[in-house]
Order: sequence, then structure tokens, then C-alpha cells
Amino acid sequence: MPSDPLPLVVDVDHVTKDFTTHVAKSIKERIVNVFRLRRASSRFRALDDISLQIRQGETVGLVGHNGSGKSTLLKVIGGIIDASTGAVRYRGRLAALLELGAGFHPDLTGRENIYLNASVLGLSREHTEAVFDDIVAFSGLSSEFIDTQVKFYSSGMYVRLAFAVAVHSDPDILLVDEVLAVGDERFQVKCMAKIRDFQAAGKTIILVSHSADQVADVCTRTIVLERGRMIFDGDVFDGIRELRDSYERSRFAEAAETRDSADGVGSGEVEMIGVDVLDAAGEPLKYVSAGQDIVIRVKARVISATPWVTGFTLYNSTGQFVYLLNTVGLGLELPPEPGEYVVDFALAGVNFGSKRLVISAGATTPNGTPLANLNYAAEFDAEPDRHGAGFLRFDVRGEVRSTSAPSQ
Amino acid sequence: MTNTSESRDSADGLPPLLSVGRPRGLLTGTRAAAVELYRSRELVRRLIAKEIKSRYKDSYLGVVWSLFRPIIQLAIYYVFIGHFLGAARAIPDFAIFIFAGLTAWTFFNEVVSGGTASIFANAGLVKKIYLPREIFPITSLGAGLFNFAIQFAVLTAATVLFGVFPLHWAIFYVIPAVLILAVYGLALGMLLGAINVYLRDTEHLVEIALMLMFWASPILYSLSFVNGAIGGTVLEPIYLANPVTTAIVSMQKAMWIAGSQDPAQFWPADLDLRLAVTLAVGFVFLWFAQRMFSRLQGNFAQEM
Repeated sequence: MPSDPLPLVVDVDHVTKDFTTHVAKSIKERIVNVFRLRRASSRFRALDDISLQIRQGETVGLVGHNGSGKSTLLKVIGGIIDASTGAVRYRGRLAALLELGAGFHPDLTGRENIYLNASVLGLSREHTEAVFDDIVAFSGLSSEFIDTQVKFYSSGMYVRLAFAVAVHSDPDILLVDEVLAVGDERFQVKCMAKIRDFQAAGKTIILVSHSADQVADVCTRTIVLERGRMIFDGDVFDGIRELRDSYERSRFAEAAETRDSADGVGSGEVEMIGVDVLDAAGEPLKYVSAGQDIVIRVKARVISATPWVTGFTLYNSTGQFVYLLNTVGLGLELPPEPGEYVVDFALAGVNFGSKRLVISAGATTPNGTPLANLNYAAEFDAEPDRHGAGFLRFDVRGEVRSTSAPSQ
Repeated sequence: MTNTSESRDSADGLPPLLSVGRPRGLLTGTRAAAVELYRSRELVRRLIAKEIKSRYKDSYLGVVWSLFRPIIQLAIYYVFIGHFLGAARAIPDFAIFIFAGLTAWTFFNEVVSGGTASIFANAGLVKKIYLPREIFPITSLGAGLFNFAIQFAVLTAATVLFGVFPLHWAIFYVIPAVLILAVYGLALGMLLGAINVYLRDTEHLVEIALMLMFWASPILYSLSFVNGAIGGTVLEPIYLANPVTTAIVSMQKAMWIAGSQDPAQFWPADLDLRLAVTLAVGFVFLWFAQRMFSRLQGNFAQEM
């Protein structure tokens, strides 16, 4: 057995997938469209020249925005849709868990559906019989329900049974698409435990997820897709950062689009110019270490004389509010005369726990009427916390000592 | 554990790297599909059972219902068309004659219309799991065969009841009849099922085409009427070229003993040759349909 490189199990070779979206589907519409010169369909590229190799035992997280092509890639690997060009090869038995209970028939009993679904997933009858009791035990269904038609099941029972069948189909490669997001919390814990069993058994897993936490939790490798292209392939934490950047990019783009309308706020007395993040020496800063002193510089222009206050808000990458500071809080009076101003907010010894922070700045009148707003004006990364997790970080240490009476 | 252990026996003890999707070649593709389908036989068996079970699930009489329909149909044709309309005067043992043709037709009808709808009916599976999708039209064929067996049993019982059990060599004509209907039915079901994914009107079109085909086959009238009306014209060979007609005539030859012994009845010349040619053409057609299906199925999941 050759030792070092683990065997290749999935080989995606320059795969491109074009979708044709039809506008018309009936004969009448199609005939009408023949006479129009343009076809009533448009093509778009869902996957653009994707190549990747996955080796045995890897757990790969496929992440990206909605519409980035991750589910399409999973379907191409699973053979559910054909690639337009390029090829996919794999080794061993592959099971796709794209939807739990896809093969269930409501009129059949749980028992009948187990056999049917198992054979849909490629299990022989002998194999199904061998694992039947395990499936029932894993699903947690009582014996009376096993012989009840599944249409009488609660949705939780349905999903549990479907997942139980799927994980007992014993594939070498498991494709998972968001299905772990179903069921109650206890069931999800069970699912994740089963996924870890698969990992321990050296199986290969390809997982599509929206949840960065889930990817960080189970994956050994991350692939980030953006508009059909692979923009990152590698380490999980770098991948998640890349994903967040990609979210950020689109959010900045959106914010830029809506900025014009946001400028409609107020009557134009004050205009926000921008925000800089600086270190204590006044140099621009992208990466903030724990305990560092930083300066957040808000630049604004007063166009017509008006009393005003300004400030900034920090959000994390999911848009949750982290911190707010303004000139009122500092007791700082701003000159009302027209002109350009920089307002420096010096923050000593910051201890942010969030990795990525986004700054919005704004100006209002002293009684709070908005004058100007600048969303997503700047961003910076804080040093990752190797110990805890949350919005804040601390200097932490731990110790343990026995509190039971010493035994002689 | 036949096929899995086979595929695991590669040189380095690992299963071989296999390509996703099917080879595009005309013969390699067919072979690959045949292998895949053979491996899915267990699933096909279960899907057929599901199809039959779910049809009569929750009804008290269950499968008995599939007996009632043909029996009532038989009674209607026998009483109203046979006696009231007088068709029985020219056709001896009219009930047996009609039922032989109807049994064959119902089978064909079910396979074609079931096959056409089958891909959509299984959209849940097609969109989420990779399977050789030919299994869905094949399942329609299987379910059709099951119902055919029931009807055929009713037909046989009727021949015993009327004292005209077809105890003659010609009874073996049942075999080519069923084969022709199965091959053409499956080929059409596959082809139309695939096209139906792209063009939803197909289902409705098929419904009308089948109705036409029903009347264009010698089911309610005997071939002698056709011979009398268009015999000797160019229309007759066209009428007789219909594979469904050939199969139905073959079925009648086997089961309708009064007709096969009645010199007044018209039987097409060279029935044996016709059957052989029709069947051979049918297999070519089936192969063609499978190739088309294979090409079209790659985009099923995104078209539905």
C-alpha cells in the first residue's frame, strides 16, 4: 500500500455548466418564439472551469453565496446533472444526501419505505435486512410507527427516518447538501455525530453549507465559490475568511448602489467623506492586534453652517452591532462653520473578539435628526482569538485543583 | 455481493476511478446503461411493487379493482356494441374477440401513457438522486405487465367459461404479441417521457394520439371489416404496418379460437414474417429511444 499521498477519490476536471433558462415551455409559446428572431431563453454559466481533486478521508466544505454554484457542483459530482464540458471521476460508492426522504412514498409504511429508499440509495436487500434494526434504532421510531404509512408521520419523524436510512447506506463518498440544517437540535447533534463517525471511518465527505460555523466545525478543507468560479481552495479558516470577504464584497457593492439614496438623508448641510482606521502613529491599519491602540478617523464636510454631531458604529461580518461611539458620548463640541473636518476617535487597548469588523459613520443634528450616513465606510480584521469566541476577548488562563478531601 | 466486490478488485485494492455520466458512444453507451440497469433490478422490482401497492392502497378491495374495470368494460362492449349495435353478427364469439384485443391494447396504452408521465411523476427522485432514469419507464412497463397478467387471467377464464379455451398451437402467438407491445411501449414511453420533461404538452398529445391509435387498431372491429373497406388499396398495407395492429392480430390469433377457425375471417398474409420483422424493427427502435433518452436525461434535473 503506497503510504504518503492518500488515494484520489474525486477528480473534477475542468467542469463547466451552462444553464439555459426557458421563458416558454408550451408548444404554443415555442411556436410563437420561432417566429421571433431571438430565442426566448437565456444562458448563464453556473460553473466556470472548475477543477479539483479530493483525496480519501477529506471533509470538504463547499461554501459560497446563494447562486454561487455550490449545489450545482455537488449535483454534477453526484451525476444528477451532466456537466456541459469537462469530466468528473470518482472511486467507490457515492451517496448523495441532497434531500432527505426524496424517495419516500407517503402511502407506504415506514418499513416499506426503508426498503424502497435503501434500494434507491443502492443497497441490496440482504444489506438492508442486516442494518434494518440499526436504522429503526437510529431513527428513534417506535415499532408501531414502523408499520404505519409515512403520511401519518410528523415531519420530524419523517426526516429522522430518512436520515437514518441515508447514513446506513454506507457510502465511500457522501455528498451532503444542507440537509443537516433540518430537524430539532437533538437530532442535529445526532447527525453531526454520525458525520464524525464517517470521518473517523476514513470516508470522504463533500458538504455544502451556508453555515461557516458548521464548516469550521467539521471540515478539513474549504472550497469557496463565487458566481460559478472557484475563488479559494485550502485551509478551512482561510476559506471562511475568504467567504466572509466575498460576502463583504457583495455587501459593499450593494451599499455603494444604495449610497446615493442614503445621501437623501438630511438636507445636505453635512456630507460624510470617509473613515480611516489608523494605528497610534497615524498609519493606515488593516489588521488590529489584541490590546493595540487605534484611531478611527471620520472625515466630514459641513456645507452650510449647522450644529452637528458625528460618530461611528462597528458591526461584525454578519451585521450584528458591536460598538458605537459619537462626539456626544465624548462631550466633544463640533464647530458649526462650513469646512472640512477630521474627527479622531482614539480607542486605547482594543480587545475585539470578532474577526472582521465593518465601520459605518454618520452625522446627525444634536437632537438626533440624521444629516448624513456612510454605510460600510471601512473595515478591519482583529487578531483571531485562539482561546474563546465572541465579540470581546480577554487575557485568559485556567487552572485546575482538586477540591475533594485528600485521601490518606 | 456480486457487482460491488467485482468493482473493488482493482490492482491496488481500491475501486477504480469511474466517470460520472455515461459514455456518449452509440454502443458503449447502450452497454453502460444496460449494466447500470441490471444493477438496479432490485430497485426496479421495488418501484413496481410500490406502483401497484400505492394504486390500491387504502381501498378495501385493493387489487380486485384492477379486475373490475376490464370485466365491466367487457360487459359493455359485449352487450352494447356486440348485441345492440350488431357487431357480434359478423364476429363469432364477439366477447372473446374484443377482450383479446382490449387486453393487448390496455397493456400497450398503460405502458406508453405511464412511461410518458413517469419522469415527472418521479421528479423528487430525479432531481435529488442519481439513478439510471430508464428505470421509471421500465417501472411503467412492469406495472403494465402486472395488470396485463390479471386481465389475461380474466380472458383465459372467459374462454373456459364459454367453452372455447384456445387449445391449439397458435396459442404461442401470445408471446410475440406481448413482446411487440412491450418493446414498442417501452421505447415510446422512454422517448415521450424524456421529451415530456422539455415540452409539457407531450402528455396531452400522447393522450389524443393513443385514442386515435385505439380506433386505428382492429380491437372493436375485425380485420375483415378493414379488408372489406380498404382491401387492395394503398391504405391497407399502411394500416397493417402498425406494430400495434400486428400484435393485436397475433393476440386474437392465439386466444380467439372461433375466429382462427372461421374461413370468413381475414388474416394478414405472412403473419409470422410480419411478427418477426415488427419485433426486429422494435428492438432497433428501442435502442434508438434509449440513446435519445440517454442524451436528454442529463438535463432532467434542471428542466423540472
